[in-house]
Amino acid sequence: MMDSAFIIEKSVVIVVVFAITMIMAMYSTYAERKVAAFLQDRVGPNRAGKFGLLQPLADGLKLFAKEEFEPNTPNKFLFFVGPAIAMSTALMTSAVIPWGDKLHIFGRDVMLQAADIDVALLYIFGVVSVGVYGIMIGGWASNNKFSLIGAVRAASQMVSYEVAMGLSIIALLMMTGTLSLKEISMQQSGMSWNIFYQPVGFLIFLICAFAETNRTPFDLAECETELIGGYHTEYSSMKMGFYLFAEYANMFISSAILAILYFGGYNYPGMQWMVENVGVNIANVLGIIVLFIKICGFIFFYMWVRWTIPRFRYDQLMHLGWKILIPLSIINIIITGICILAFK
Amino acid sequence: MSAAIQSISLSGRKKVVTNKEMTFWERLYLVAIAKGLLITIKHLFRKKVTIQYPEQVREFSPVYRGQHMLKRDEQGRENCTACGLCALACPAEAITMTAAERQKGEEHLYREEKYASVYEINMLRCIFCGLCEEACPKDAIYMTISKELVPSNYDREFFIFGKDKLVMPLEMAMKNAQLKNTD
Repeated sequence: MMDSAFIIEKSVVIVVVFAITMIMAMYSTYAERKVAAFLQDRVGPNRAGKFGLLQPLADGLKLFAKEEFEPNTPNKFLFFVGPAIAMSTALMTSAVIPWGDKLHIFGRDVMLQAADIDVALLYIFGVVSVGVYGIMIGGWASNNKFSLIGAVRAASQMVSYEVAMGLSIIALLMMTGTLSLKEISMQQSGMSWNIFYQPVGFLIFLICAFAETNRTPFDLAECETELIGGYHTEYSSMKMGFYLFAEYANMFISSAILAILYFGGYNYPGMQWMVENVGVNIANVLGIIVLFIKICGFIFFYMWVRWTIPRFRYDQLMHLGWKILIPLSIINIIITGICILAFK
Repeated sequence: MSAAIQSISLSGRKKVVTNKEMTFWERLYLVAIAKGLLITIKHLFRKKVTIQYPEQVREFSPVYRGQHMLKRDEQGRENCTACGLCALACPAEAITMTAAERQKGEEHLYREEKYASVYEINMLRCIFCGLCEEACPKDAIYMTISKELVPSNYDREFFIFGKDKLVMPLEMAMKNAQLKNTD
């Protein structure tokens, strides 16, 4: 009896998380266009529905209705698998993210997390690095030099920045002592957010997150001025849509991870007081809203940066990754270690 | 170049560029990035420059020259006497006409004894310069402030506008007469 209730509970959470990820990715495309327009003194899409709110639906419909073009490639299967990998890995990461503490429904405590595993952070790193296979395979199977260059750039960029990202996380882990995102969130209750203890680590992680999601100024994998469309040059219709969608889903997830690791996740000042005086459910629903405000803030930041900083040259990208971020994160680890030794 | 010339700056915005070594903070770029972010965020709250075309129309110049019109006087009679001065003035050679003599009983149609039985403007040639309007001694041809320019079409014949498209509609002439009377 308990087991079936558990399965139902988890299924509902998974479906809701899936739906929210999709909707967030959908409306990120809308937000991207609106923010881009506003930052350039334009109006942006405003014809489909009120304020253009139905624009993502119209875009999706258009992508589905487009002709499915296939290049003359010997790797038909890989060409098909590329966007599938990109999409599924982008959606898989949302499983371990704690969206809130818990809700008390039907006499049960419902955890607002699809899977609370001990190695959540490692899992995310693993899945994200598999994500580059989608780009790599798609670019390779396109049988096009521009696509291949884009894919190679994406892969080498991912490898370079994963190192710095991992090192910046190690400094954080030395403080928290756990890889579980749930516990990291809980440790930051009140206002003891990790950003106050790890500002340099946060900066490194933020820069690497930009690189991992292939966003400007690190969007060398698909830079239009050099590579037409990069790895998705040969893609059309919904396969192309999957690549773009995966990019926005990744952006959403990395914003969520940034919010959880460094900005206190679902915690807000006075949450404990709310739980005791107003009720668990209201306090935690508020927590979910707070988390989403933080996430949306980061998504906005991604877009804001996109229209501010021009793209790096490739050697500058490698220089920044290997010669600046990695030494900086190692120094950060050493300083964190000394501080832990001194103050505890 | 002498030093005096080098120091001149007509716009007052001349900047001397040097290739000096960047300091540590400049090399971090973080300050520059923060400055850039500030500049872009300011634009978020700026007034949008877009004109939402079908609903909003850009304000036209007071001397805007739109579609041509052959005027009628207050009694609804055509002003044009087919003198041909407009055709002569036209630098694009877009205007052509055939003159005819007014018959008995047509006094209510044409103001003077001579009129244009055919009056055509080739809108593909017309450059909307307004010289025909200036040349006309009878106040017959005018360029309106109509915002609608020549509509598109697949047929070249369509763009040769005859009297059916050029002469002022009778109702408009009546309305003008009424306005004049009320004044």
